[in-house]
Amino acid sequence: MKPLKNHRGRIVTLDRANVDTDQIIAKQFLKSIARTGFGEHLFHDWRTFADGKPNPDFPLNQARFKNASILVARNNFGCGSSREHAVWAIQQHGFAAVIAPRKESVPAFADIFKNNASKNALLTIELLESEVEEIFQMADRYAGLEATVDLDEQRVTLHLPEEISFHFDIDASVKERLIHGLDDIGLTLKEENALRAFEARHDVQI
Amino acid sequence: MPKTLFEKIWDRHVVTTLKDGTVLLYIDRHLVHEVTSPQAFEGLRLTGRKVRRPELTFATMDHNVPTDDRFNIKDPISKAQIDALTINCHEFGIRLYDLESAEQGIVHIIGPELGMTLPGTTIVCGDSHTSTHGAFGTFALGIGTSEVEHVLATQCLPQKKPKTFKVEFTGKLQNFVTAKDLILKLIGLIGTAGGTGYVLEYAGEAIRSLSMEGRMTVCNMSIEAGARAGMIAPDETTFNYISSGNRPFAPKGAALDKALVFWRTLPSDPEAKFDRELTINAAEIAPQVTWGTSPGMVVDVSAKVPDPAHVPGYDRRDAEQALEYMGLKPGTPMTEVKIDTVFIGSCTNARIEDLRAAAAVFKGRKVAQGVRTLVVPGSQQVLKQAEAEGLDQIFKSSGAEWRQSGCSMCLAMNPDQLRPQERCASTSNRNFEGRQGKGGRTHLVSPQMAAAAAVTGHFVDIRSWK
Repeated sequence: MKPLKNHRGRIVTLDRANVDTDQIIAKQFLKSIARTGFGEHLFHDWRTFADGKPNPDFPLNQARFKNASILVARNNFGCGSSREHAVWAIQQHGFAAVIAPRKESVPAFADIFKNNASKNALLTIELLESEVEEIFQMADRYAGLEATVDLDEQRVTLHLPEEISFHFDIDASVKERLIHGLDDIGLTLKEENALRAFEARHDVQI
Repeated sequence: MPKTLFEKIWDRHVVTTLKDGTVLLYIDRHLVHEVTSPQAFEGLRLTGRKVRRPELTFATMDHNVPTDDRFNIKDPISKAQIDALTINCHEFGIRLYDLESAEQGIVHIIGPELGMTLPGTTIVCGDSHTSTHGAFGTFALGIGTSEVEHVLATQCLPQKKPKTFKVEFTGKLQNFVTAKDLILKLIGLIGTAGGTGYVLEYAGEAIRSLSMEGRMTVCNMSIEAGARAGMIAPDETTFNYISSGNRPFAPKGAALDKALVFWRTLPSDPEAKFDRELTINAAEIAPQVTWGTSPGMVVDVSAKVPDPAHVPGYDRRDAEQALEYMGLKPGTPMTEVKIDTVFIGSCTNARIEDLRAAAAVFKGRKVAQGVRTLVVPGSQQVLKQAEAEGLDQIFKSSGAEWRQSGCSMCLAMNPDQLRPQERCASTSNRNFEGRQGKGGRTHLVSPQMAAAAAVTGHFVDIRSWK
């Protein structure tokens, strides 16, 4: 995994809650046995009409969001299926981070999606609802709005005439792994002695 | 200190706790299917790693499998994915239940059937419906492909301890109200993210009264409430299931006696504390039908399509988008919603008891004209059992199609799909846009409700249906 410290790029806003992984990458694209080639199929059913023509109303098809690399959506993003293909599709389309709000008791991201993202160095950033609302409004007002996501400082900065920054929280162990680009499997295998001791005493039948 | 069922299992699977507080959790069974595993095996090859415990790893083919002519996979990409699993299992020494196997079936159906799923153990699978296995008092969770690779290589998984959430269903279910209605009701109440970050433990009289099949249906859809896993404490119903039938991987004789002693220690201690608790009166639950594009968009069958301004847990705009996609008008009684397709199957509702319940409705009746009805058993063993009981004859003489085992129309990765704007009464688990085919409209219901919809061509309140 490549180390990740900060990223600056254009924002695209997707004004939907509960974006499920079936929408992010539709089932017909899950048949690939490769880890690449998913980017072009991101949000396929929303981006294209039945006749194959692009839907001009879908944000990712709009010129003002062209080449965006920070995706901003509403709460409970990535719910549904565990398919990691959803993370690969977002990343391979060119995104480095997804931002979503915590809304009342509803988290920004579904569990498995968030976990999968962390294994691929796709940043999932949870902000307050009011902060995400502000990003939506600013992206509307300033075409081509850019932001910097600083993992080390845990800060999102909107590059407006007067910059605005938002702090975000992240699990310390996830942050450490992302910043240093650590290999999870390699880290676990360093615990070989503990693993062997455990296997010697553990009965997998009960 | 008193412990919950989940905590008892968690504690005995901690291999070590890393400096940053991450726990390496040992995995007792790893189930694998063709869709989420190829990239994991490729990862092992690229890094020169082996499968640490191939004997604890079990594979089957389910998502891509055609349910009519199963050996004739016309889609070359589906075929390539099936072939890749065969090659990977052969190369890494993993037991595979392929299309030739008499035990092949949907991964979450065959695990319990073959006795792989046992109380007090941990199970993972690269599939969100792994929560199904929690019905046995198992900590079972769905994982992504990177984690599949991790478990293949190390037999453990780095985890942060989830919180616990007890849902108690008091009272008795009404006649014709099923496990499916119980879980849909819960999702409607707490929302599709209501369980995020939690392991759910289902308890109470209504849960205790359920068969293992019903308990699996409840746990199966825990993920639709956003939960990491769902669990039910093991009891005599569980032990009878495990010790009956042909379950080659379940303990027998002295090993079973030893296991039983341990299994009886698993239920949550009476004073155990949960991070959250909720009590629901099961006696008040009506048959449920989803009307929207999220499992939480659900109402009683006796209710009407809701006003988008008043849908609990959803913004008006989300509800309006869902109604538009579903082609429904607010105020329409659910019992007036006409369907053209019925799907009875999936890891949620394709076990023998589900098929018996559907057959009881079909018996002596005909499928309504113009309604395409698919009955798809969850495994080859369920298929054989159903045929031995003559259920296939009931389905066929009603005008329903009797198919081979697989995931079928639950997710339409195989030829079983809805066409745009087709409306389906489905016993599966997700009503997302396009889930059963692009433009298809899914209503989630129980097997009984699906069968009754097939017969009448619209939804009916099965409690008062003659």
